[in-house]
Amino acid sequence: MKREDSMRITIDGRRRRAERGQTILEVAREAGIEIPTLCYHEALTPWGACRLCVVETSMGGRTRIVASCVTPAEDGMVVRTDTDRIRDIRKMIITLLLARCPGIEILKSYARQFGIKRIPFEKGSEDCFLCGMCVRACSEIVGVGAIDFAYRGVKTDVEPPFGVTSSACIGCGTCTTICPARTLTLEKVFARRTMHCKKEEIVGRCTICESYYSGV
Amino acid sequence: MIRKAKHKTPRKTKAKVASKTINICHGTSCIEAGSGQLEVAFEAALRHKSLSADVKVRPGRCMGYCHVAPVLTIEPDGVTYGNVKLSDVERIIDKHVIGGKILKDLLVPAEPAYPSLQPLSRAGFFEKQVLIVMRNRGRIDPESIEDYIANDGYQALAKAVSEMEPEQVIDEVKRADLRGRGGAGFPTGLKWEICRRSKTSETKYIVCNADEGDPGAFMDRSLLESDPHAVVEGMILGAYAIGASHGFVYVREEYPIALERIVGAIEAARDYGLLGEGILGSDFSFDISVVRGAGAFVCGEETALMASIEGKDGRPRPRPPFPAERGLWGCPTNINNVETWANVPPIILKGGEWYASIGTAKSKGTKVFSLVGKVKNTGLIEVPMGTTLREIIYDIGGGVLRDRKLKAVQTGGPSGGCIPASLIDLPVDYEELSKAGSIMGSGGLIVMDEDTCMVDVARYFVRFLEEESCGKCTPCREGLTRMRQILDRIVEGKGKKGDIELLEALAKVVKDASLCGLGATAPNPVLSTLKYFRDEYEAHVYRKRCPAKVCKALIVYRVIPEKCTGCQRCVRACPVGAISGPRAQPHNLDQSLCIKCGACYEVCKFDAIAGDAIYVE
Repeated sequence: MKREDSMRITIDGRRRRAERGQTILEVAREAGIEIPTLCYHEALTPWGACRLCVVETSMGGRTRIVASCVTPAEDGMVVRTDTDRIRDIRKMIITLLLARCPGIEILKSYARQFGIKRIPFEKGSEDCFLCGMCVRACSEIVGVGAIDFAYRGVKTDVEPPFGVTSSACIGCGTCTTICPARTLTLEKVFARRTMHCKKEEIVGRCTICESYYSGV
Repeated sequence: MIRKAKHKTPRKTKAKVASKTINICHGTSCIEAGSGQLEVAFEAALRHKSLSADVKVRPGRCMGYCHVAPVLTIEPDGVTYGNVKLSDVERIIDKHVIGGKILKDLLVPAEPAYPSLQPLSRAGFFEKQVLIVMRNRGRIDPESIEDYIANDGYQALAKAVSEMEPEQVIDEVKRADLRGRGGAGFPTGLKWEICRRSKTSETKYIVCNADEGDPGAFMDRSLLESDPHAVVEGMILGAYAIGASHGFVYVREEYPIALERIVGAIEAARDYGLLGEGILGSDFSFDISVVRGAGAFVCGEETALMASIEGKDGRPRPRPPFPAERGLWGCPTNINNVETWANVPPIILKGGEWYASIGTAKSKGTKVFSLVGKVKNTGLIEVPMGTTLREIIYDIGGGVLRDRKLKAVQTGGPSGGCIPASLIDLPVDYEELSKAGSIMGSGGLIVMDEDTCMVDVARYFVRFLEEESCGKCTPCREGLTRMRQILDRIVEGKGKKGDIELLEALAKVVKDASLCGLGATAPNPVLSTLKYFRDEYEAHVYRKRCPAKVCKALIVYRVIPEKCTGCQRCVRACPVGAISGPRAQPHNLDQSLCIKCGACYEVCKFDAIAGDAIYVE
């Protein structure tokens, strides 16, 4: 390792070497320090949206709260992953997501881990917490981009374009495999694959012969 | 006698008048108020009186005095008239242009007595203003590049291209200590330098951020409408300093006049060889395109703005990489706000030291504010950094509307904070505002009087930001919705014990953990009102009382029988027929029908004593 490519950072009091371009999350995981994540996946471009992986960094006397999955490590950086402030933020994020989607197992398990007993908000009935993994997997891994975010703000949703069954979808099922909430489902009905993004059928059909692009 | 004769035979005896120019403001407010028709009427009247050769009528740059629109100035007299109606045209020509007398009733502002002709700069609204960005106020036709050039326009560019190296331009901006006027206040010179030194790619871009979306703010809009060449020249100078080959102006589609004028200005500059290949005979080439935004507030955030220019959906992405390293299409990009760009030409022309001599220790130069809300003189103002809120509200703004008591000033747009009246002597600069829990923002300044409910204000801004949130990150998307729900509950009188604390905890998480600037500043209205007006929140939650009598669920309208004269005005005003009673007898208000619109309260004022016959409990 060349000298200029190597940096020293301190995570939770432990001194670690980091390569240029490595994120704080990657360095922490190498060091065996667990940082909870929801929208992060090794195979995908970091998205930095769930904000569960926040950590406190200090550089030159300035303390900041950053998402560790998208923030590159810097030489001399001091990172703390488990302060009161960070714990409060993570608890609130899980509380907010659980209020939105009360039924999702991964959120419930984080809630147990963080000791969340009460949700002080009116409960919703959503089944997707918008981690965006399916969207990124479909465009980055499959190279198809059959689904994307639609609308904005709290109304944001994942849909095929215009909410219409997409002719781009090849029915590979990557989105359903990667979905941490198990919201996207793949069914085997009458010897063909049907994929559902919530109630929307997203797999495409040939407009001429009307058969599905994806076989059994 | 002589004048009388003139009236009778205007065509025969041509009046001897000194040559004058009537500048009619062509900003949005004045156009709305009929400045176009005024211009036509003046021209026709002058033609009729054979004065067209001596008296010119010209569309002028926005005066910023929107409160009295339409506004016109008569030069060289320096007299400004406001609220000018078509019926005043004849009067102005006869009395002022021909007779040399000032029409006192049309003068702005109307309050101070005008003993004689005074220069424009000494009128109350204008006296404390220092014009750098709005240097051409009222002086040029925004659609004429010749006008701009005649007023030192493009001189800075000529100076830079012929005498200065790009690094020297950056040094000059650094010496001026110019900071980003979009709100965050990042040093502009440093930003340019980082972008210039970036090695990511040879191709570099610059962007003018004109995605102004704050409710009640119209600085960028007005600048583009009234002096588009100032922005174009600033951008060319920036491109020269940074080494950029192309620039983009990102304007909202809902600003039609701004769009038309900036497009026109770019075309005119291209015709003059100020844009395109080999600018002013040098080997520096640069061009500008205009990109129309669809009006999403979040697209004012630089990474979302770039995504939008690239044709993607306007969602911010995490930084780093910063735009100076990886911006548009992965190339180094420098983004500055409209006002920042407009500051550049005077800095290059007059020098950074001159600029740095204005303002406070850490905030140099001037700042444009749109002064709105419950203030007498609403409009666009430019003051040196460090001017106190008192000077802005009372000296320039003329005080609170109807001489009510000032309660708070909201600065920095929806993600700014509310500064209480007790801090009225606060000098306005980046540091002081942020110490007070607000931000400079792009320059919205909303004055609030004692009839304003601070909880309701916080709810208004949180609701706005909730609707404008892109929905990408959890704290902003979910957190703002929950904050708005709690605020809804509080103003509806359904606030519970613990709501204030929960709101505070949520606000802190949204501020700390959000992905972009929208989320990180969104809780400011709540946090600042909680800091200064916590008692109002407590009154709403624990005593179900709205001290400012704004929150409908928490007020009751009733008739005070001793004071009611039975005039029946309220009976006629009530849209739901909740008030009844025979004439000359105290009326009766049926609470079960009352929708609390306040119409009765508004109309009951035939007499000072009986003014509160129907009052709010």
